[in-house]
Amino acid sequence: MIPRLAPGMKLRFDQVRNAWVVLGPERMFVPDEHALEVLRLIDGSRSVTDIATELATRFNAPAEAIEADIHPMLTDLAARGAVRL
Amino acid sequence: MSAPPPLGLIAELTHRCPLQCPYCSNPLALDPAGRELTTDTWRRVLDEAAAIGVLQMHFTGGEPMARRDHVDLVRHAASHQMYTNLITSGITLDDRAMAALMDAGIDHIQLSFQDIDPAENDLVGAYSGAFARKAAAAARIREAGLPLTLNFVIQRRNAGRVPQMLAFAEAEGAARVEIAHVQYYGWGLRNRAALLPTRAQLEETTRVVEQARARLRGRMVIDYVVPDYHAARPKSCMGGWAQRFINISPAGKALPCHAAETLPGFDFPSVTTHSLAEIWESEAFRRYRGTDWMPEPCQSCDRRELDWGGCRCQAFAIAGEAGVTDPACELSPHHHLMAEAAEESLVEAPSFVYRRMGGALVGV
Repeated sequence: MIPRLAPGMKLRFDQVRNAWVVLGPERMFVPDEHALEVLRLIDGSRSVTDIATELATRFNAPAEAIEADIHPMLTDLAARGAVRL
Repeated sequence: MSAPPPLGLIAELTHRCPLQCPYCSNPLALDPAGRELTTDTWRRVLDEAAAIGVLQMHFTGGEPMARRDHVDLVRHAASHQMYTNLITSGITLDDRAMAALMDAGIDHIQLSFQDIDPAENDLVGAYSGAFARKAAAAARIREAGLPLTLNFVIQRRNAGRVPQMLAFAEAEGAARVEIAHVQYYGWGLRNRAALLPTRAQLEETTRVVEQARARLRGRMVIDYVVPDYHAARPKSCMGGWAQRFINISPAGKALPCHAAETLPGFDFPSVTTHSLAEIWESEAFRRYRGTDWMPEPCQSCDRRELDWGGCRCQAFAIAGEAGVTDPACELSPHHHLMAEAAEESLVEAPSFVYRRMGGALVGV
């Protein structure tokens, strides 16, 4: 499964708030640090497993556990219209 | 203590519009073309907005595309990395206009519909052929690769057609659809007796929307806006007075919401004489910000930071005082006035008073 940012959604850094923000049609939110790590790796070519592997290396944690955590997070982001699965 | 920066700026570029919808949110006294801000002033406002932390620019009207410089202003906002949203009737969104907006960096277009029945759609907007133009605009937006948001405005005459509206949105590939009941301000308040749905109609639209939401979860977002008149608790109007948005009228008045000019006893600052930073901290913007201003029953209510006391403009329109609890709340001593007004939905609808510059015309 390759997640993508949903059409019209943008992730950008805001210097005024000193925070990453997700912007979309009539919606915006500040992702928590876990969601942000995942969102920054979504590029339309990495699969969920690729993302989990990357984070596993970075945080020295088991990829399977990370992937299990990512799935509900992506489902939630999809329900909010931020990503497409 | 200063407030967190505004998230969004609503730029009402003009009150001019090819449509004449009788529920238009614009004030009854429309700004004539001669009083509209210049392009240079709008560009400065956009510079200031980006500098104070505005993340989203909503270009609206009237019909924002009636301003020749709408593409330049979208481009200017995009150059500041602000998210650009155009709220349009779609009447003039032809191939050339669409290409120009894409070139300027538009992020999102919200296209309004008055109904799914073409004849009714055209009757409400008082524009023959409007539906066909809107349908063509929807296809253009989607073909350009933009996420498509359709906005259907719900009132007594079309409330029964929400299922067909949702089916149309799905067939058009909309990423998002707004099923938005008329809000009763400006022209909508003027035409309330002709527009207000019955409680049974409201309950049916709510049921239809909830069913569709469950079915379309993850594929199409449905935003649903209810009228206040059958409600038990008020809406969180604008996310709280001057907490998220600045609204600029065509002539440059800075308002916490588009209807605030109806409130007496205010001296709303103008962008022609004040910076947005000054405006955000002005007395008018601070007056009902947060919870300190709240009377009872809001002050001790556990929902005070959820609904922020509801809507100041509605409090004034119904209860005659802007600083009281929104009468939409069942805890308000004025709530019975809303219930009495809701009885208008049971009587035969009078004719529409169409939205026109320089005076209203009665029709249908």
